[in-house]
Amino acid sequence: MGKDIREDIAWAQINKDVLKSLESPRKLYWVILLVAIAMVGVAVGCEIYQYNVGLGVGNFDNPNVWGLYIATFIFWIGMSHSGTLLSAILHLMHADWRKPIYRFAEAMTTFSLMTAGLFVMVHLGRLWQVYYALPYPSERWVWPNFQSPLLWDAMAIFTYLSSSVLFLYIGSIPDLAICRDNIHQGWRKKLYTLLALGWEGTDRQWRNFRITYLTIACFLIPLAVSVHSIVASDFAMSQQPGWHVTSFPPYFVAGALYSGCAAIITLFIILRYVFRFEEYMTLPILRKTVRLTFAIAMVWTYLNCIEFAATWYSHDEAAKAVLIEKATGRFAPFFWGMIFCGSVVPFALMVKKWQTSIPVMFAVSLLLNLGMWLERWMIVAPTFSHGYYPWTWDEHMWPSMVQWGIVFGSFGWFTLLFMVFCKVVPSVSMYEVKEMVYHRSLAKKKEEQAVKEELAVKGAN
Amino acid sequence: MSVSNLLENWSKFRHTHPVDDKGHPDWEAYPSDIKWAMSIDLDACTGCNACSVACYAENNLPVVGKEKYSHGQAMHWMRIERYWDETAGVGEFSADQGARFLPMMCQQCEAAPCETVCPVGATNHTEDGLNSQIYNRCIGSRYCSANCPYKVRYFNWYNYPEQENAWPSPLNQQLNPDLTVRTKGVMEKCTFCKQRTYTARNNAKTEGRPVQDSDVQTACQEACPVGAITFGNLFNPESQVAKQWQSQQVELTKEVQDKDEKEGNRLRGYRILEELRPYPSVMYLERVRESAV
Repeated sequence: MGKDIREDIAWAQINKDVLKSLESPRKLYWVILLVAIAMVGVAVGCEIYQYNVGLGVGNFDNPNVWGLYIATFIFWIGMSHSGTLLSAILHLMHADWRKPIYRFAEAMTTFSLMTAGLFVMVHLGRLWQVYYALPYPSERWVWPNFQSPLLWDAMAIFTYLSSSVLFLYIGSIPDLAICRDNIHQGWRKKLYTLLALGWEGTDRQWRNFRITYLTIACFLIPLAVSVHSIVASDFAMSQQPGWHVTSFPPYFVAGALYSGCAAIITLFIILRYVFRFEEYMTLPILRKTVRLTFAIAMVWTYLNCIEFAATWYSHDEAAKAVLIEKATGRFAPFFWGMIFCGSVVPFALMVKKWQTSIPVMFAVSLLLNLGMWLERWMIVAPTFSHGYYPWTWDEHMWPSMVQWGIVFGSFGWFTLLFMVFCKVVPSVSMYEVKEMVYHRSLAKKKEEQAVKEELAVKGAN
Repeated sequence: MSVSNLLENWSKFRHTHPVDDKGHPDWEAYPSDIKWAMSIDLDACTGCNACSVACYAENNLPVVGKEKYSHGQAMHWMRIERYWDETAGVGEFSADQGARFLPMMCQQCEAAPCETVCPVGATNHTEDGLNSQIYNRCIGSRYCSANCPYKVRYFNWYNYPEQENAWPSPLNQQLNPDLTVRTKGVMEKCTFCKQRTYTARNNAKTEGRPVQDSDVQTACQEACPVGAITFGNLFNPESQVAKQWQSQQVELTKEVQDKDEKEGNRLRGYRILEELRPYPSVMYLERVRESAV
């Protein structure tokens, strides 16, 4: 097992190390950035083509009206959940170990939500009329339909995104002030001056800061649960076989936390190497994240079993047919792939030796993410091709390269946003790491004191 | 629209379940005295596809061509489904009895699964009991289609009038001027020939009399050589469709038809996927065979 953060590290050293990441990442950073831009280019090309010709180029058909777009949309929404889990829930629980890694988790939340939002747009037939879904004042009194889960979805995502951005921003203010104070000129100076909101670190500012941060953290937790429950409602509120399942909201929330945690492990490893954060993103932290991921993986597996059992023992013949189709039909490789990646691979997380092995954890986390993407694909696709109406059963529909290209590009888009963010905003929270180091050194001193006193008492006796 | 307005007219904005407030035959709460309905006699249907062709011509449906048809991107609002009887085992079909045909179009459900889920309210219920689709309002989320158990909503995957050349000249000359040509990204579906029923209603209103069967025929009904399709106002006890529904003991607001036991075996009327409770407005009359299979 690797070293944890040193208790005696100087505060100035922390500033220096983190600020260095804004200036000189490894060369790999630029490679990743270029690859991401190329991927976005592919997606933009596909989207322009689709926008001009129509959605038909995605190779949709009559029963299969939603495809990879909606599956990937759920994937990105899901990935956004662990940022909140790590930063808000663990913040309230005073879990110290989250401090060096929560900032990037929050950034992940924000950017994956933004990516998910794009999918809503990409999937629309008439993108240019998207504002119809907003309740804007209209002279004709035409409002959106508040009965539709899609509308709840739009509102939930918007609320969650705005709250997450606020949470991320407020939590970064003290660090942005440090950046401002350490840079003397250029656009960065202007940017940080603007963003730091005149932070000086006075007692009054710290007090207000703490209260605000705590309030938003409390606000964000129910929001995170609600947002994915509502995404689940898109399916559970419909009456299609395979979707009309009561346990969908908790199942989606568990799946969201699961894929988010897996993504955190992946990004942890990438950031740690690319921005030289070995000192702060330590292996004991990785080990704790890995254990958390395993626990959530088991919750997800349980809910998955519940869903299958409920369908199997119900009288809903159509839903049962969809389940059988998933397990034995043409979707079988994906279905069993999902079971393997989502429920079997996590046991690798329990091997003590592997928990702190960077290459193994990287590979495992990628597999978990793949499993979670397959889960979403398995929720969306089979119900369409094997619905209530046998006449429309469709064995052949397969997404075209346009759909795949846009899905592929979305990963580039996310990476691009994330990498740019990490280069501009300190992705390790400096002030919280200082707190953590301070508390730990205090605890260590107390311990030493206690030992000394004990020895003194013994000596006296 | 203000909040107070919303609260005052809450009942208006809230859809009530058709069974809750509209007990057939009283239908006190129904907004108009018209409820369009259909019945299709499968015993008469020969699967000739005339209805489907008439629908194409009447409603300006784009002809997508072989390739797109095989991709499942056809735009037929009315399709003839063909079923063979299964004989020995799964996958083996007998041609002895011939095929069964089932003309399938929008079932114009009273509690339509498509209406509640549209984020912008582009699909909603008209006063004469149809699921209307407002093309201008549609943003193409396709949730309505996802939730339609019959899969009878058709999406414009391509920009047919321009890019796809669905009506090469001089076919564009025969487009029906009474309704629009839809463009890409819009969901569309059977309207029970809205343009015809609308005219019929207005004419009847001008003349101060109720709508009669002789006022209106849908395009498919008109084209059917064997007269398998009956269409009319279900609220008018004199209409043929109302008589048929009544004689078959099929009621619009009943989820499970409790038919007279003595008559039960002789009655042929049923509605498709009734158990999902969309309360469809189309009744099918089962096919009778010389020898039961």
